[in-house]
Order: sequence, then structure tokens, then C-alpha cells
Amino acid sequence: MSSSVNGSDLFELARDRDELAIADKKPLFSRNEAVSEALRCLYCVDAPCIKACPTEIDIPTFIRRIGTGDVSGSALTIFAQNTLGASCARICPVEVLCEGSCVYTGWHRDPIKIGRLQRFATETAALPASALPRTGAKRAKHVALIGAGAASLACAAELVLHGHKATIFEKKKFGGGLNTSSIAPYKLHADDALAEVAWIAEMGVELHFGVAFGKELRGEELLSEYDAVFIGVGLGEDSRLGIPGEDGKGVVGAVEWIEQMKLASSPKRALGAVVVIGGGNTAIDAARECAQLGGDVTLVYRRGLEAMSAYAHEVEAARKDGVTIAVDQTPRRFVHDASGNLSGVAFAQTGAPSETIFPAQLAIVAIGQSKVRGIAEQFPGVEVNARGSIVADPKTGVTGNDRVFAGGDSVNGGKEVVNAVAAGRDAARALIARWAGATQLALAI
Amino acid sequence: MADLSIEFAGIKSPNPFWLASAPPANTGDQVMRAFDAGWGGAVWKTLGDPIVNTSSRFGGIDYGPMKMMGLNNIELITDRPLEVNLREIREVKKRYPNHAVIASLMTQTKEDWKVLIRRVEDAGCDGLELNFGCPHGMCERGMGSSVGQEPRLAEEITSWAREYAKTPVLVKLTANTGDIVEIAEAVVRGGAHGLSLINTIKSIIGVDLDRLVPLPRVGNAATNGGYCGPAVKPIALQMVAALAREKSIGVPISGIGGIGDWRDAAEFIALGSTSVQVCTAVMHYGFRIVRDMIDGLSSYLDAQGMKSVNELRGRAVGAYKEWGDLDLNYQVVAAIDSQTCIGCQLCVVACNDGAHQCIFTGREEKARPTHAHTVGLAKPPSPFPIGAIAGDRVPWVDEPECVGCNLCQLVCPVTGCITMREVPSDSVDSWNDRVRDGRDRIPGGIHE
Ligand SMILES: Cc1cc2nc3c(=O)[nH]c(=O)nc-3n(C[C@H](O)[C@H](O)[C@H](O)COP(=O)(O)OP(=O)(O)OC[C@H]3O[C@@H](n4cnc5c(N)ncnc54)[C@H](O)[C@@H]3O)c2cc1C
Ligand SMILES: Cc1cc2nc3c(=O)[nH]c(=O)nc-3n(C[C@H](O)[C@H](O)[C@H](O)COP(=O)(O)O)c2cc1C
Ligand code: SF4
Ligand code: SF4
Ligand code: SF4
Repeated sequence: MSSSVNGSDLFELARDRDELAIADKKPLFSRNEAVSEALRCLYCVDAPCIKACPTEIDIPTFIRRIGTGDVSGSALTIFAQNTLGASCARICPVEVLCEGSCVYTGWHRDPIKIGRLQRFATETAALPASALPRTGAKRAKHVALIGAGAASLACAAELVLHGHKATIFEKKKFGGGLNTSSIAPYKLHADDALAEVAWIAEMGVELHFGVAFGKELRGEELLSEYDAVFIGVGLGEDSRLGIPGEDGKGVVGAVEWIEQMKLASSPKRALGAVVVIGGGNTAIDAARECAQLGGDVTLVYRRGLEAMSAYAHEVEAARKDGVTIAVDQTPRRFVHDASGNLSGVAFAQTGAPSETIFPAQLAIVAIGQSKVRGIAEQFPGVEVNARGSIVADPKTGVTGNDRVFAGGDSVNGGKEVVNAVAAGRDAARALIARWAGATQLALAI
Repeated sequence: MADLSIEFAGIKSPNPFWLASAPPANTGDQVMRAFDAGWGGAVWKTLGDPIVNTSSRFGGIDYGPMKMMGLNNIELITDRPLEVNLREIREVKKRYPNHAVIASLMTQTKEDWKVLIRRVEDAGCDGLELNFGCPHGMCERGMGSSVGQEPRLAEEITSWAREYAKTPVLVKLTANTGDIVEIAEAVVRGGAHGLSLINTIKSIIGVDLDRLVPLPRVGNAATNGGYCGPAVKPIALQMVAALAREKSIGVPISGIGGIGDWRDAAEFIALGSTSVQVCTAVMHYGFRIVRDMIDGLSSYLDAQGMKSVNELRGRAVGAYKEWGDLDLNYQVVAAIDSQTCIGCQLCVVACNDGAHQCIFTGREEKARPTHAHTVGLAKPPSPFPIGAIAGDRVPWVDEPECVGCNLCQLVCPVTGCITMREVPSDSVDSWNDRVRDGRDRIPGGIHE
């Protein structure tokens, strides 16, 4: 088995990676900005913002603490529910979560900038991992976690803070999962995501990189060596269109392209004309990133605008970034020139026979990610539903095998980091309660 | 447009708005700029024997995002030479003959008062204001509030001033006294033509928690100061009203304390002030605020059908009664407007933790607290109110249990969302009625 390392030791980010050319869109609040925004919060009772946060951070309390000048207390309030609160502060789609539910929103006033306040608290407090409160366990148990994404990290952090042991096995060379490799750079850069992984390692979480479950590691091995297993493998590769020319040059899946842009050495080539195919948030992210890197970007979606699954505020932002949006166009084939370079993508107006060719030097296919296969099969009792997602209890994450838990994208089919954090944390809480002898959790016996 | 001009114990002023004796009325240049901006009068920064001020002298208290809800100062009287002040008073009066210029004075011996009064009257001031109010620094030297807290001393010094003065004598009172009426009666006996109140209130504005020294800090120490600004307005209003309704007083009142706009001014006037004085609001926002005061007050008077500000004076005094005279049968209950409610539920926690446990959320019937007067479950309104903004988060009031305390209305961030609805009653019954009829024994509450 490979050596244990702290979050980012093993992995070096390319210094000339493209993501560095894209600046933070919502920079850290100054103390003044934070306090005056905090004082605007009404300190609601049974606050709707809390209910809209998948990790149910006590938002009015952490905001009030910023207002009183107790920034560490504020950060601790956040971490009590969400150990990845620093990332979530910057990457959560707050418009549809906490801020979307702030009472000011319904009142047609600017909602409290909860995300930016959360970033202020977590980043300004800069708490060492040792500052988080810990409780001991009567008998320390040991949990193996598969994948070092948000779900596993949150699960592992919760376990070690309650006196248990947690060991994460990650097939890639870096931790953080998509939080490191996929988040739009104007929200979060990879180095910050890796720093958070290192911080969680400092809490006492053990991480092993370059260990792929199913290859180097097998189900029975984990079940015999550990008290419980948590599956947090996320989603798989980019899905493919299955049309001619897709394997040729200049055609790439969105998650793959974004990972290159964020982590790898820059190819130092002008982007030129880019066609992004898809209508979800990943498509929008890729399109905005290309536009911000100087590309001439057209996002092409096969149905109408209203059918796009991307958030309305993101579609709007993409337009502001200069992205052209074309709808009702079904991709037919990728067109390459004599020397094999991509020259365009042929689309047919949905329902019509004729083709239009959109010129492109780069085509990014953003039609979703496949499901990770071959994980559930290794654990007796763990089931996968028709859509390929692992079946787990939504409150506790327990699967059909009472020692195997799962959460995050691999269970919910692909949501946000904050949902993965909630799922990982809740699985840990269910285990902690089970081992503490709590009987109230019917499923956790 | 209503007539705003007033006459205060013979002092004429184009409107009731005066600068209080304080930094805004420190120099001739400021007073003239204030008159140009629209102020009707100014009480000059207190003149007296030479003093030295500390550096670092003000402290503020903020409320939420609002700065300076209250201001505290440890400044003394003027630190400019008397001759300079007198020259400037003369200059101002020459250029603004129709504006009121009142000299605030503070000194010690009878002879000192005599000389000071002669000199300021020679400079042309329209009246005098004896500063018996300053609660910091000067009182340690036997002046200011140390005079204003001693009725006999205050009466005597007032009578000295009357002996020498040719212009009207106003006395500025301190709020740091147990009974404002007692001290006011004393200075009226001493011959005061008018009363100004309140001066600042003795206070410590805060503590520097890093150095553990109170504020405002002067090196490694601090002293108590005088508190003023919006936070003191309720205290000042009560004191003004207490004097206005007292038959034994009978002299005009200049109301001071937390006045910042025309509404504040109108309230002071309705409770018996002839003129009003302003310090903190000018220190915060400048002389320009008087425009709103002038325009706002005159449109208010027009809307009320009053031709002159004098018609407003004292109009609310009669309704300021003893508790024992209030109608115990009068009843209001809270009513929540589901269409404007934003669902913050601050009313719920306020009523439950701080009032009478009768606001609920949710569609189910609720158990009333064990001390409730009404039997049975509290029933949600039917049909259940679905808010335009808050959906099913709109709270509801268990009306039979609502005592009509107003707390929920006061905490609701949406103005007008909670109204206090009057429940008709056909009889009137006050505590004093009950005592008179022998239904209750203790008049006024505490004494037999
Ligand atoms: C382009 C893009 C942009 C996004 N932007 C946002 C955003 O702005 N805000 C937001 O909240 N969410 C965003 N998301 C969604 C978010 O990234 C995911 O919901 C979240 O990362 C899910 O966390 P997870 O732990 O379930 O999975 P992942 O983050 O995918 O982590 C799974 C980990 O498991 C590892 N793994 C997989 N198989 C194995 C194996 N066999 N053995 C060992 N390890 C394995 C993977 O390498 C990976 O490190 C975005 C997603 C994408 C694709
Ligand atoms: C800095 C400062 C200095 C003051 N100096 C005097 C003074 O010299 N003489 C005086 O009679 N009152 C003085 N006061 C009191 C004001 O005249 C006024 O009575 C008090 O501030 C209340 O009014 P406000 O709430 O409008 O400020 C001073 C107040 C402040 C803030
Ligand atoms: S809903 Fe808005 S105002 Fe209310 S507590 Fe949450 S952030 Fe504050
Ligand atoms: S305080 Fe006002 S806005 Fe808030 S829930 Fe109560 S009635 Fe609604
Ligand atoms: S008026 Fe007082 S008792 Fe009545 S509902 Fe409001 S807070 Fe409760």
C-alpha cells in the first residue's frame, strides 16, 4: 500500500497552469465590509437560510459573531456543521441555497451576502486544525473511505474529531476530488482546495494517494481490516455523444478539459473559436472559463433555453462574459480538416434535416458524467439503482450492507460540494451514534 | 405656509431652531454659516474662566450599522479667549440683527457673574443661558451640574444673574437630578425667565477591552463624560413634559436632547417647548439638517391646519397623565398582515421569550402555556394565512391571550406589517376609579 501523506505533499500543481489567469470574482471582504454586512442580518428565528443550507450551518449565529468581532467563534460555528465551510463559502450556488431563502430576498431587497461572510469568517480566523473541538470515543473505531472528495473528507473529519480513526484511499495523486480539479477558478483555485485537504489531514485523517479501489484494493480486504467503509467515489468520466469525429483532435470532455486547465501546465495556445456542447452547469462553467481565457465561445444546447439545467444566474453571467448561446441544435459530427485538426462542429436544427457547421478549434463536450462502476459489487448487500447510483439511506448514508456507507455524487447522481459534505458528515454521525450505543437511529444498529 | 417665528421670554427668533451651546456654536464663523443655512438662533458655546481641554474627548455608541446613536464628551466650556468670543458675538449680531444670539455662561463668584454678564450684554447678545448642567469636569470645580443639583444654590445664582442682567435669563438644567421639577421651581423662584433642558447625562460610553481603560481614553485613563444624541431623547422629552404640565413653572422652555429632524422638534414643541436646541445631530451631519426641520415642520403644521408653530406648543401636554388615570378597559391586539410579512419570526421569539407566549407558527392547534388565562388549545386562523412573501411561515396571534403590549410590532422589521387593532369597549375604568370606588386599595400603586 502506498505511503501516507499530507493532503498536497505528493502533488505539485503546475506553476503556469491556466486557471491562474482567471481572477477571483468575489474577493475576501475587508473587516469593515464584513461587519457592516453582518449587522444587516435580522437574526431570524427558525431562519429560512439555515433550512436552505444542506449542512444547516447556524447562519444567524455565525453572522452575529462577525458583527460582535468574535471571528474565531464565527468560524467555529461554521465548522461545527461543515468542515469544508471554507470551500463551500466560495463555491456554493448561494443564489439557490441560503441567500435565495434569505428573508430579504422575498422582500425584494438584497439578501445578506452569506457566502462572502462565511468566507470572511473562515479565512480571516485562519484556525489551525487543532482549534476544532474534539470529543473522545469510548473505543476508537477505524473507517476506510474510498475517494478523497468532499464526501469522504467531511466524513473522515467528523470521525476523527469524535475520537475515531479514518483512512482515505484515493486513486488520483491529489485530494479534494472535483473540488480541486473542477471548480471554476473565479470561485476557487486549486491551491486553496489542496490547502483545505492538508488542513483536514492535520486533524488526523490519514490519506493514501494513487490507490484505486477495485485494483490495488478490494472490498473484502476493507471489510476485514476496518470497522466500516464509506464510499465517496463521485462520478466517472465525461459522457460521450457517440457521433462521428469525437475521437479526433480538438474534442474533449468538459471535466477533463477543466482539470487540465486547473492543474496542468498551460499549452500556451490561443483558444480561438470554442464550441461547448451541453446545457448544464458544467457546460456553463467550461464556456465561461474559455471566454475568460480569451476564447470566442458558443454554447450549443439541443433543446430550448428553458430546458437548460444550468442555473439562471449562471446563464446570465455567461452572457456577460461574452458567451454566445445557441439553442435547439443537435450535434451531428465533428469536422476535421485535411491535417486532422478540428475545424467545426456540425449541428442540425432540432427536428430539421439541414446541418449548420459552427466553426471551432476546440469542442468541449459537457453532457454529464458517467457513473463509477464496479464499486458496489465488491460489497455484499450494496445496491445500485437503475441510474447507476449507489442506494443509500438519505439521512445516514447506510447502504444495504450495514457496515458500508456511501454519500456524495455517487449516491445523489451529482449535486454540489455542500451536499456531498452533508452526506459524508451524516454518515459519520450515524456511525458515531451507533458506536456510542445510541439506539435512536433505527438504521444504525 | 405656517409661521415658524417665535418669541421666547422676549427673545425674537425667525424659527424655533437654535444651535445648542456646544461645538457647533463655538465660533462666529460657525454661527454665521448656521444662520445662512437657516438656523433661527444660537446659544454660544459656554463662556467663562479660561480652561484647557484634553485631547481625545468624544466617544460614540453605535447601534447596528448606525453610527453614533449616542455621543459622550468630556469637553469643558470654551477654550478660546473671552475677548475673541465677545468680538465675534458683536460681529454676528451686527450682521444678523434678527437672529437670536444667547450667551451661555458659567463662572463662580457673584462678582465673576456680574462682570461676565455686563461684558456679554455689551457685546449685544439677546439673552443669557446659565449653564447649571455640565456633568463632567466643570462640576468638579463646583460649577455646572454641581449647581444644578442643589436647588438652593441654583436659586441663589439665578437671582444674582437677575440682579445684573438686562436681557432675559434662561437657566440650563441638568438631567442628573432626582426631581427635575424641584430644581426648575427653584430657579424660577430665583427669577429665571426661561428654562433650557436637558444638558448631557453623566456617563461612561464604553471600555477599551484591549487596554482595559474606559472611553474616551486620555493616555492611560479616562473620566465620566456627558451623554447626548438620539439615545437621550426619551429622557429629555419626559423632563420637558414634566415641567410643561407643572403650573408652578409657567416660563417658556427650550427643549434639548437628541433632536435631529422636524419630527423630533415637533414632539418637543407638542410637549411644551417654545424653542428647540440641537447639538449632536449638527456635529454628525452639519448645519444643513435645518432645511428638513424648517420644511418638514411647516408642512406638518399646514397639514394640521395650524397657522403658526405657537398653535402646536404644548398640545400633547394634557394627554400626559399619571398611570392611575389610564383607562384599564382600553384593549388592543396584534394583527399580522400576511401579505407583507417576510417570515423572520422575530415577533414569535419576542412574544414567547419576552412577552406573553401568544404568537405561533404552523397550521396545528397549539397548547397554551399553563399560566394562560384562556382554556383550551390556541386555534390557528381559518383560512390559514398564506403570505405573499413568507408563504406558510407567517405567524399567527392567539388573540384571546394577547395583552396588547406592542412588543411584536416593535421588533417587526417590516413597518406596518403588525398593527395593534383596537378592541371596542363601552366603558372606561382607571386605577384611580377603582380606588375611588373601593375596588382597589392602594392609590397609585406603591403607597397606602
Ligand atoms: C465542472 C464542475 C464544476 C462544479 N462546480 C461546482 C461548484 O461551483 N460548486 C459546487 O458546490 N459544486 C460544484 N460541482 C459539483 C461538485 O464538484 C461535486 O458535487 C462534489 O465534488 C462531489 O463530491 P464527492 O466527494 O461526492 O465526489 P468527487 O469530488 O468527485 O470525489 C470523488 C473522489 O473519488 C475518487 N475515486 C473515484 N473512484 C475511485 C476508486 N475506484 N478508488 C479510489 N478513489 C476513487 C476520485 O478520484 C475523486 O477524487 C462541480 C462539478 C463539476 C464537474
Ligand atoms: C462636545 C459637547 C460639548 C458641549 N458643551 C456644552 C457647553 O459648553 N455648554 C452647554 O451648556 N452644553 C454643552 N453641551 C451639551 C449640549 O448643548 C446639549 O445640551 C446636549 O448635547 C444635548 O443635545 P443633543 O442631544 O442635541 O446633543 C455639549 C455637548 C457636547 C456633545
Ligand atoms: S434569512 Fe437572511 S436575515 Fe434572516 S438570519 Fe438568515 S441571513 Fe440573516
Ligand atoms: S416580525 Fe414581522 S415580518 Fe417577521 S415574522 Fe413577525 S410579522 Fe412577519
Ligand atoms: S402585543 Fe405583546 S402579547 Fe400581544 S402578540 Fe404582540 S408581543 Fe404578544
